[in-house]
Amino acid sequence: MSVAPDIANAVKPRILLLDDDPDVLNLYQEMLLTLSSSPEVHITTSGARAMSMLESEPFNVLICDLNMPKMDGLQVISLVRRKYPQLRTVVLTGMADEQMRARAYSLGIDLYLEKPNNSTELNFLLECIDSLLGKEVEGGFRGVQSKSLVDLIQLECLSGTSSLLKITNGRLEGRIWIQNGELIDAATQDVDGEEAFKRILSWRAGNFEILPAESERERKIFTSYQGLLLDTAQSLDEAEAGEQEAAAAAKAEGGEALSDTQFLKKSLGNIPGLEYAVRLPDKSKKAQVWGLQNAEIIADWTKDSMSHFEKLGDKFRFGSVVQLEGKGLRRVIHIAVHGNDKFALGLIGSPSRGDIDSTVQKVLEQWAC
Amino acid sequence: MGLLNIFKGQTKTPPPLPTGSFTVDSTGEILTSTVPSVFSRESLKQIGHNVLEFFREAKRAEQSFTELNVQFTALDLKARELRGGAIIFLSPRTKTGR
Repeated sequence: MSVAPDIANAVKPRILLLDDDPDVLNLYQEMLLTLSSSPEVHITTSGARAMSMLESEPFNVLICDLNMPKMDGLQVISLVRRKYPQLRTVVLTGMADEQMRARAYSLGIDLYLEKPNNSTELNFLLECIDSLLGKEVEGGFRGVQSKSLVDLIQLECLSGTSSLLKITNGRLEGRIWIQNGELIDAATQDVDGEEAFKRILSWRAGNFEILPAESERERKIFTSYQGLLLDTAQSLDEAEAGEQEAAAAAKAEGGEALSDTQFLKKSLGNIPGLEYAVRLPDKSKKAQVWGLQNAEIIADWTKDSMSHFEKLGDKFRFGSVVQLEGKGLRRVIHIAVHGNDKFALGLIGSPSRGDIDSTVQKVLEQWAC
Repeated sequence: MGLLNIFKGQTKTPPPLPTGSFTVDSTGEILTSTVPSVFSRESLKQIGHNVLEFFREAKRAEQSFTELNVQFTALDLKARELRGGAIIFLSPRTKTGR
């Protein structure tokens, strides 16, 4: 008895395979079709055609060679990572080059794999691809595999190991120390202990690395990991419920704009050295502004400047723009990218590097998380 | 599985990241450069053009900048405005992994 096609297709993951060599494409297509998840495997020899296919149909994984004429793999990945951030990307290359590997990972790929030479390497390749398929693509933390932070902490604690989790969320960075399966400390920005742990867990997505344990770390968390996870989940639920109530109340009084202005005044008004801040969400949403009268000029200039340098980054495979800063005699304008949003921050005078970074972090903490 | 070796050919490699510094005049012409020639002059001119446009557009937006810093994921670009032209520094970011 056959399953209705639309139901069958709905559960099948889809892979797009890009390589300029048609023989390689046919060979790997056949191999990938044998995966346990029974994926659909589509092939193309050109980067431009791959972009067109991604535009018209959803895919779960893009597997891409690096060495290709016209549009090489880094260029494709650079474009793909920006346009389709949920798409898993895998480089499959004959180049065993550490610098190229580092460059590819700096673009945000999931895996960098060399083309296999024997059956063991081939099986490893297929296992890696199989593990990427069917993973949750909504948010989550991208490390070796996409997991929620709670899952990750539970795994590390249950296994009784000692490790240091480094978690990054855009410009924000946090660390969680685990010793013999117990949470002993956490730190982010200027807080540590349980407060830092709760703050890190409030981040909805990011990247993580598992680093060697630091056995000399002083213990500042004494609550069990289960208790801490429960407390944190409860605090986050209460905070979310509170925000929803406040938004509803503001709406009843006269609109969301009033609530936003009050929020911005309260959260940004106390940051020393900050002259103004403009948040530019993706195209469909309105810019949010604090401290600036003619925000359209700055907003347009921010979008244009970022767009020009993003195109430059795509063309020369420099990667995406993480931040852009203009310094003058009277002020510094720092443009930070956080998720899909851009933040243009005006800082008075000639602040030092440390002061700029500190101010930017404070704004992102208050506004972006 | 030696058969797979047949397919391990390489075609065009992605270009290396530029490293070094160069200066451009107000028209965008390159005056001096320490960037290796593997990164073409045309490419450097395009970077120079972007930098000069940044300073000009900023003036039109009523901002006056003397310095520009752009952090790409794989490269840092720093530039200083010089009497209408600019000096531009390019340095790859060598961080490994994620």
